[in-house]
Amino acid sequence: MSSEPTVRSGGGAAAGLGSLLEFEKPLSRIQHDIAEMEREQRETGRDLSVDVRQQRARFKSTMKRLYGGLTPWETVLVARHPKRPLMPDYLRMAFRDFCELHGDRAFGDDSAIITGFARIGGHRVMVIGHNKGKDVKERIQCNFGCAHPEGYRKALRQMRTAEKYGVPVVCMIDTQGAYPGIGSEERGIAYIIAKNLMEMSRLRTPIVCVVIGEGGSGGALGIGVGDRVAMLQHSFYSVISPEGCAAILWKTAEQRKHAAEALRLTSNELLKLDIIDEIIPEPLGGAHREPEAAAANLEKFIVGALNDLKRRKTDSLVRRRQERIRNLGSFYDEPSATVTKPATRVASTRRKVPRASRLKTRLGKSDRVRS
Amino acid sequence: MLYEKEVAEALFVCPECSHHRRIDARTRIEQLVDPGSFEELYADLRPQDPLKFKDRIPYKDRIKREQSKTGELEAIVVGRGFVRGRAVMLGVMNPSFIMASMGAVVGEKVTRAIERAIEENLPLVVVTASGGARMQEGMVSLVQMAKTSAALARLDDAGGLYIVVATDPTTAGVAASFAGLGDFIIAEPKAMIGFAGPRVIANTINAELPDGFQTAEFMMEHGFVDLIVSRSNLRREIARLIDFCGK
Repeated sequence: MSSEPTVRSGGGAAAGLGSLLEFEKPLSRIQHDIAEMEREQRETGRDLSVDVRQQRARFKSTMKRLYGGLTPWETVLVARHPKRPLMPDYLRMAFRDFCELHGDRAFGDDSAIITGFARIGGHRVMVIGHNKGKDVKERIQCNFGCAHPEGYRKALRQMRTAEKYGVPVVCMIDTQGAYPGIGSEERGIAYIIAKNLMEMSRLRTPIVCVVIGEGGSGGALGIGVGDRVAMLQHSFYSVISPEGCAAILWKTAEQRKHAAEALRLTSNELLKLDIIDEIIPEPLGGAHREPEAAAANLEKFIVGALNDLKRRKTDSLVRRRQERIRNLGSFYDEPSATVTKPATRVASTRRKVPRASRLKTRLGKSDRVRS
Repeated sequence: MLYEKEVAEALFVCPECSHHRRIDARTRIEQLVDPGSFEELYADLRPQDPLKFKDRIPYKDRIKREQSKTGELEAIVVGRGFVRGRAVMLGVMNPSFIMASMGAVVGEKVTRAIERAIEENLPLVVVTASGGARMQEGMVSLVQMAKTSAALARLDDAGGLYIVVATDPTTAGVAASFAGLGDFIIAEPKAMIGFAGPRVIANTINAELPDGFQTAEFMMEHGFVDLIVSRSNLRREIARLIDFCGK
């Protein structure tokens, strides 16, 4: 299912207090009180520092409470926060020496997906990521991070470049979905996403994927197949947007909160479902409050994953990636009468996973022909 | 006035306007394989409810309703059969089962069919029809796109032949995974093939869509379908491709 991109404004920004989301209202009151006290202090010269400190502590504990128990819909709002760091921000903060490489050698250069060489920790990498754009002009230019076929084709081209030079691939996912438009269909958006899924599954170099904001459906998965798949704590990943799901199943977009809950799109839920391998923690109150801290956590995760993956022999790397993907999904596999209890973990319901030895013979070829 | 019997004899293609009606998986198999040659595989696979999903009705109930409506456990039938004497692994999707949306069972059955095709060195033919990934299985359904595509990478590495028959409608998550990856993509005339829903596109671009948008003919014109074949010629064309590939 593809999700429907819509232009959003920041959710309920309080005047003069930065962009607070609707559910953060208790914070705006405390912020307001602190500002009042500080003004009074300045104007009257009275020492209110104890009260201010108290209020600050209250602010922090309220924040902890709010962010400790975000509902799925609140998570969606945080993931889409207008000030949330974007791919280029992380490029700047967590990577060095970025060398952007443009174009798909077939149609054009899609700025909804940025690609290029960079360094992180002690590694050279090929970075690929969605860019939603930071201001109106940039957002319109890159279609709010909704990529066309040329974006995915550019990504695939760079992955092959990375494979050729033995450079690992790092993907940062942040999109509402692939662009739903006439040109997108004419130039084969479905085909190129399928092609990317297939080629990423057998790419002979490590791939690390991180959802940094919105993981919107096929447009996210199109650069989301790898050896390690992680999510920033307050990002979300879903087969369809909560609004789209509500519109189809409840026949009204008003039910988006219920849809967000039903879809199990938070990092916690997806870790439980074995869809992702790891959650990268965000600073208190979300990545947008302390971008540097979020970037440091992201960097630590990527470097750690690369240290580990680069130790593997290429054949075993690809075989294990294939096995990881092979094991996704849960279902019953017995005649109906005998089954009563569903297994909770995906792994336990699966039957024979293809034997490693069998996979090896199929994946060991380096001379395969590619179209 | 047309009689159902007449239409059935014409493979559910209207003799007057040659409209290709949607048909269920069993009917398709009967039309496609040599009589009595089909041997079903993995028939016991049934959907779970990994998300405990509930919209207006619980997913569990929705599944039961679809199962009793169609007499099938899921939205795809796979098995071994012969097409004009050539042995094939066959997968056929069933558009009458939750619009043949892909959940974990569809993903698994397609993957097993691919693996069986590799093991037995058989050409793989998948007749696709689907509304896309199954929302009620959330991300579990989305990642089936990766699972089927990864298995097709193995088939490709093994030199296996894969033929897709895209029928009405082949869209979204299925179009963007195993339905898009055939060595050959055959489409039925006028079948809807595309990624995003037409309403979503119309809303995004705020304009009406051109006539014939996202049809088999449109996809062929833009280079994403190899050949359009009417239902009565399907067996012949599949057999011909298998022979050309020396399989």
